[in-house]
Amino acid sequence: MISTSFDYTRANSLEEAIAWLKESRGSAKLLAGGHSLVPLMKLRLSEPSILIDIARIPGLAGIKKVGDKIEIGAATVHHDVATSSLLRDVCPLIAEAAASIGDQQVRNRGTLGGSLAHADPAADYPAVMLALDAEIHIKGASSTRISKARTFFRGLFNVDLGPEEIITGVQFTPIKSAAYAKLHQRASHFAIVGVAAALEIASGMIKSARVGVTGATPSAKRLTGVEQQLTGAKAAAETIAAASKSAGADLEDINSDLHASEDYRRAMIPVFTQRALAAALARAR
Amino acid sequence: MPASPVLPKLVGQRVKRREDPRLIQGRATYVDDIALVGMQHVAFKRSDIAHGKIRKIDTSAAAAMDGVEAVYTGADIAKMLPPMPIGTPFPSPEHRAVAVDVVRFGGEPVAVVVARDRYVARDAVDAIVVDYDPLPAVVDVEQAMTGKPAVIHPDFANNLAVPLVPSGTGVTLDGKVDDSAVDAAFAAAEVVISQRMVNHRLAPSAIEPRGVVAHYEPGKGTMTIWSSTQNPHILRTFIAALNGLGQDQVRAIAPEVGGGFGAKINIYAEEYVCSAISKALGIPVKWNEDRSEAFVATTHGRDIIGYVDLAAKRDGTVLGLKIRLIADIGAYNMLLTAAIPTLTMMMANATYNVQAIRTTLTEVFTNKTPTDAYRGAGRPEATYFVERAMDMLARELKMDPAEVRRKNFIQPNQFPYTTQMGAVYDSGDYGKALDRALQIANWEQLKKERDAARAQGRLVGLGLSMYVEVCGLGPSAALPTGGWEHAQVTIERDGRISATTGASPHGQGNETTFAQMLADQFGVPIEHITILHGDTGVVKQGIGTFGSRSQAVGGTVMHLAGAKVKAKMAKFAAAMMEANEDDLVFENGTIAVKGAPASAKPFAAIAAYAYVPVPLPPGLDPGLSEEAFWEPANNTYPFGCHISMLEIDRETGEPTLLKMFAVDDAGTLINPLIVEGQIHGGLAQGIGQAMIEEVSYSEEGQLLTGSFMDYAMPRAIDFPRFEMASTVTPTPVNPLGAKGVGEAGTLGSTPCIVSAAVDALSEFGVKHVDMMLRPEKLWRIIQSPRQSSGQGGRS
Repeated sequence: MISTSFDYTRANSLEEAIAWLKESRGSAKLLAGGHSLVPLMKLRLSEPSILIDIARIPGLAGIKKVGDKIEIGAATVHHDVATSSLLRDVCPLIAEAAASIGDQQVRNRGTLGGSLAHADPAADYPAVMLALDAEIHIKGASSTRISKARTFFRGLFNVDLGPEEIITGVQFTPIKSAAYAKLHQRASHFAIVGVAAALEIASGMIKSARVGVTGATPSAKRLTGVEQQLTGAKAAAETIAAASKSAGADLEDINSDLHASEDYRRAMIPVFTQRALAAALARAR
Repeated sequence: MPASPVLPKLVGQRVKRREDPRLIQGRATYVDDIALVGMQHVAFKRSDIAHGKIRKIDTSAAAAMDGVEAVYTGADIAKMLPPMPIGTPFPSPEHRAVAVDVVRFGGEPVAVVVARDRYVARDAVDAIVVDYDPLPAVVDVEQAMTGKPAVIHPDFANNLAVPLVPSGTGVTLDGKVDDSAVDAAFAAAEVVISQRMVNHRLAPSAIEPRGVVAHYEPGKGTMTIWSSTQNPHILRTFIAALNGLGQDQVRAIAPEVGGGFGAKINIYAEEYVCSAISKALGIPVKWNEDRSEAFVATTHGRDIIGYVDLAAKRDGTVLGLKIRLIADIGAYNMLLTAAIPTLTMMMANATYNVQAIRTTLTEVFTNKTPTDAYRGAGRPEATYFVERAMDMLARELKMDPAEVRRKNFIQPNQFPYTTQMGAVYDSGDYGKALDRALQIANWEQLKKERDAARAQGRLVGLGLSMYVEVCGLGPSAALPTGGWEHAQVTIERDGRISATTGASPHGQGNETTFAQMLADQFGVPIEHITILHGDTGVVKQGIGTFGSRSQAVGGTVMHLAGAKVKAKMAKFAAAMMEANEDDLVFENGTIAVKGAPASAKPFAAIAAYAYVPVPLPPGLDPGLSEEAFWEPANNTYPFGCHISMLEIDRETGEPTLLKMFAVDDAGTLINPLIVEGQIHGGLAQGIGQAMIEEVSYSEEGQLLTGSFMDYAMPRAIDFPRFEMASTVTPTPVNPLGAKGVGEAGTLGSTPCIVSAAVDALSEFGVKHVDMMLRPEKLWRIIQSPRQSSGQGGRS
């Protein structure tokens, strides 16, 4: 790694990390798994003067049940999410999405908080957070706050996070009838299109639906048209097929790159929406 | 005397690689592990445009930085180094190690920094400001042939590095071309297959990028250069020549080399520049390529278009073949660049008894990284073009792809077989390899599985490919560097054996296979043998490892050097034991008179005697060390058959390789475990090319696949289990019967997979699809209106 020169410091508490962030006046970067930041530093696209390592702050990593909700700490690595028996049991969507990230080496180091803060347009977690209607827990110098996933992802590499704030974790109500389906980019294993879908089903009817798409647009988005078509409809394959058909048709700004054109991405949104919904429905049974 | 343990014969056994423990435990020494007192670090400023005139280079800010020792522009380096030489007899434009006036590909060096450490060096590189007058980038190879949008080298009109070279039937050595036989074959044809095919560009991507440490010692007037190279002796030759030194004054060392795949045959600008700078400054310097540099600065592979026409009768008999080749060689000729596509021509006969073949080759400059050898180097391209055409013929005639091939095979009794291309195939039994492959794949059952899957609406296809390649490169008439190899075997005073080989390995496992051979030859434990390589100060002479030659050529000469020293040792033993040297048996760590085990003397005792020979037997000199040079009279021609089953997702176009079968005939196998590993690696790179790997450039000549985030390096998860078997047809070319296997896996795999994809898409009327099998490309075929006829080639 031939980055520009930088200092490194390890924070022992969130307060310490935030104080250092403040002190650095924007020249610091938080380091957890480093799997988004370090590649950028290698290419000198990011040149922080100091890295504040938050990976070992006590209590920042871990998966736990709090009442009827699940909390995942920001420093939890993808591998731990992918292999958590709790999550596999009560919310398989997030475990299967984590298992599809990058490769094993990436999953061993990359963290949930890092992925959310970086908000790569093709990252897997943002779609999952949207489908889970998750709350992103954020700590600043003087207060803590919650940002709903729906408003957290603002645009390309742009999230609702201040320069002196740190994501501490996420919280969501687990849902079993939810699934993630993804078209892999074969080099990076980022999503060309990834769809996370969660269905609340009661008495054979879809009470509510949340569908998040990543990879297709500059930042992850809810597919509200699909959600509306599903809500109140019969929980059946035909319903899903009908609702998926025009998934994403109203999206503007579809990504286009070497790996997939705009047309192809657009065509893949219904395919993966249908697959995610079908898998979610299968889990409801 | 205590009984010695009985030592098993090791040749032919699955002996674990002796190299692996140090490699997998991180205890190996690579170039980047070399550190010398006073060593400075080199970094290169590289062009960030594909084509342009250098107006001005401002190095002042870089030179003023703390820790910067020196900064050189191309003009400075040109005073220290002559232009870079090439290793082929083709005409070539002047190629400066560091560009002087014009840059011709993105990544070409334009300035050099020497600094205290890598970080300062890199900071200084960023501080150099280069002002360019951009020129139009030449990216499309067929447009380039018209001289548009620019001519890259003024002396090479229409960007033609090598204008049309014909070969094959009716072409004589003086260049006369008689087309009558080929024309007659096509006139007699009942069916003609015509297809444009692209064998696209790849990045070799060794896990260890290149690296150099150069250390010129002014007091001694000698240079030591460590480099991640496949051929330290060739490196020494060129480094000496360009630095005005004798070959006796340069020592080249290839320490552990983390993969080469052909791309580390070249002698690169960075090697010349580091050596020249070390000589100029009188200090050791080091350069290590980073991954971003490796994508632009290390040669690429393949990138050749074939216009293929195949003439046949309706019973499947192939009458004639025409292949017009256009090679996109990038911006410059490197060491073997111009020669690689000639190997595609050379292997156009494939495994078939075709009597009329015309190939032509045009090589074209473009504003891209130069191409050169990459695993298979020209032969996978030939295999791809011919085997795809054979598959198209089978499809056209509704014949089984195995049967159309069988109908045209060169028969076992035809060997040695002189092809229309002038190659003399040493030995072969293609029907046997095909039969074995059909057997392990359970071909008839596989077809039923495919049909059953199709009945469910799935897009499943089968592909089959034969291949024959040219390996064991030699003799000298065929290689400008010399086509021999060298070995020296020394029985040390304690009875242990050290042996040197000029076949410098970078993953081939020579430390194991050569030791297996010597262990059997001398009847000693393999643990008593050390194979030394990769250091011209230790290994007297050598050529290197490429063209799957290390076992066939390097292994043979090792055996011959062993035989020489064994004969001398037998003389010492005969004198000591008062026996006839012809009656002696070397086994179980002893030398004994045949039939008289009680006579056995420890191997070490004979060795000790040879070094303190009191009395010295008449006619003998002390010591046990013998060397040998040897070159084969011909290349070897290994062959095989690959079969694959592939499914394409109807909704997304994503291809999945379901099954892969490979039968390879590499002649006699010294170590089947290492052979399988070599085939696994070759298959991975062949399947990688067919399915996920592709170097892409923008219209402006910017590399779009400049990192592993965009260039898909195949990983284990990308493959099914490889089902493998071998047939053994020894070569008469060397006494071992070994043919070579390092590249084999890359040959049959690409056509076999593409043919499976075409088979899977058969309901859409597709006849050909170019690699790589990008999901979107396949999806578009699935989405398009069905074609009842016509060519389906898309790219």
